[in-house]
Amino acid sequence: MVHPLSPDQRIVITGIGLTAPNGNNLKEFRQSLLSGRSGVRPFETRYMGKVIAGVCDFDELLYQKRKEVRRGTRAGSVSIYCAQEAVRDAGIDLGGVDRSRVGVYVGVTEHGNVETENEVFNISQYDYDTKFWSHHHNPRTVANNPAGEVTLNMKITGPHYTIGAACAAGNMGVIQGLQMLRLGEVDLALAGGVSESIHTFGIFASFKSEGALASHEDPTKASRPFDRKRNGIVCSEGGCLYTLERLSDAEKRGAKVYAEIAGYAINSDAFDFILPEPGRQAECIRAALKKAGLAPGDIDILNTHATATPQGDIQECKAVRSVFGEGSGVWINNTKSFIGHTMGAAGTLELSGNLPAFDDGWVHPTINLDDLDPDCALAGLVANAPKKIDRVEHIMNNSFGMFGINSVLIVKRFRG
Amino acid sequence: MTVDEVREAILNILSDIAPDEDMSSIRDEENLRDQIDLDSMDFLDIVMELRKRFNIEVPEKDYEHLATMSGCVSYLQPLLKDRQLAS
Repeated sequence: MVHPLSPDQRIVITGIGLTAPNGNNLKEFRQSLLSGRSGVRPFETRYMGKVIAGVCDFDELLYQKRKEVRRGTRAGSVSIYCAQEAVRDAGIDLGGVDRSRVGVYVGVTEHGNVETENEVFNISQYDYDTKFWSHHHNPRTVANNPAGEVTLNMKITGPHYTIGAACAAGNMGVIQGLQMLRLGEVDLALAGGVSESIHTFGIFASFKSEGALASHEDPTKASRPFDRKRNGIVCSEGGCLYTLERLSDAEKRGAKVYAEIAGYAINSDAFDFILPEPGRQAECIRAALKKAGLAPGDIDILNTHATATPQGDIQECKAVRSVFGEGSGVWINNTKSFIGHTMGAAGTLELSGNLPAFDDGWVHPTINLDDLDPDCALAGLVANAPKKIDRVEHIMNNSFGMFGINSVLIVKRFRG
Repeated sequence: MTVDEVREAILNILSDIAPDEDMSSIRDEENLRDQIDLDSMDFLDIVMELRKRFNIEVPEKDYEHLATMSGCVSYLQPLLKDRQLAS
């Protein structure tokens, strides 16, 4: 069969760099997801004391000098680690690449809160005298900081920017990279999302004030999507960037291909600052299916967004049910149950944890599902233990964010 | 602070600002920027640390005195002579 898109319009994932609270590369991450290992632990945050969070332990000094770490941001360090790992994984020697044709597209939920809180705290130690406010504050807080740090570190001279899209941002970084490749604006895209959010007390305090911050005596059990006893979000840091290439370029250099991007969609609820809207979520899922030329029954694994808030999970389940019904055969899982909510990284990171299923046929479960909420009882939900399935041709990721920003990404098994 | 203690205080600041550099081989009469990786933002860090650690305000017109280690010591020692080097 002739593929409807020419090879220079087909976009493939050829490298993956990631850090998650339970793994610093795809192999470790996947092993954790198949063995039920959480990455959530106790965490100290300013003013609030002990909270729980997903914390990453990658070695910043693997790719950065101490001075770069000191001067930059945690989001910058996460981005650099992921970008360097992705390029290495892809087998690309940047020395032989026209770096003006490389684009860096990093999805972020927010940026600058961590650095601003740090500076406010710093001047509080000097009676709020602003002459003690750091000259590093502006470069640390400009919205393009995480992507910009990647370009400085890797001497990339093509375009760089962040895509601010709350918790839908990871997928949108990938979508942006895909679009720029298809437009011929760049030849290689470093694309995905990152989050440093756990280093701001404000994110914990705000979710707590909303009544949406998870608590549990055992941190590893705190993130429990679809469970009756779920009580909110576990905030986490993390990152995942892909090397995306046009298939024509990837084939020329004999690259290994993890997956081909089959379809995507982005839309807006136009409904509420924070509450989700299942009707628009369902429209987004349908739009992504349509773009991919697929029916709901073609999706083998649906990696849900569910963050374990009481209402949010139910709303997503309504959207999923309205598209997939009861008999589509899709297997459904959730990655936040292991690692909490990695915010801007979530879409790409969570999708990555599922990509090995193309080869090994295992669907990782959603864990901490001890007492299923009947409103979340989706057909095909893989609970607590991995499920071996016969075929994996298509994987879908849902990522939704505040202001009703919805993003859906579908990838397919690569066939040349 | 003695001259040696002022030098030590400056080295402590430089070690924090340029943590990848070897400070043991600094030659006092040569330009610091020729010996270790320091840019204009790093110089602002030196000025900030002098402000934070010793409450010393270095006006921009005096930045040139901080170009070498010996320049730093002779400029700062009179300002720090009555201070103790923090342990």
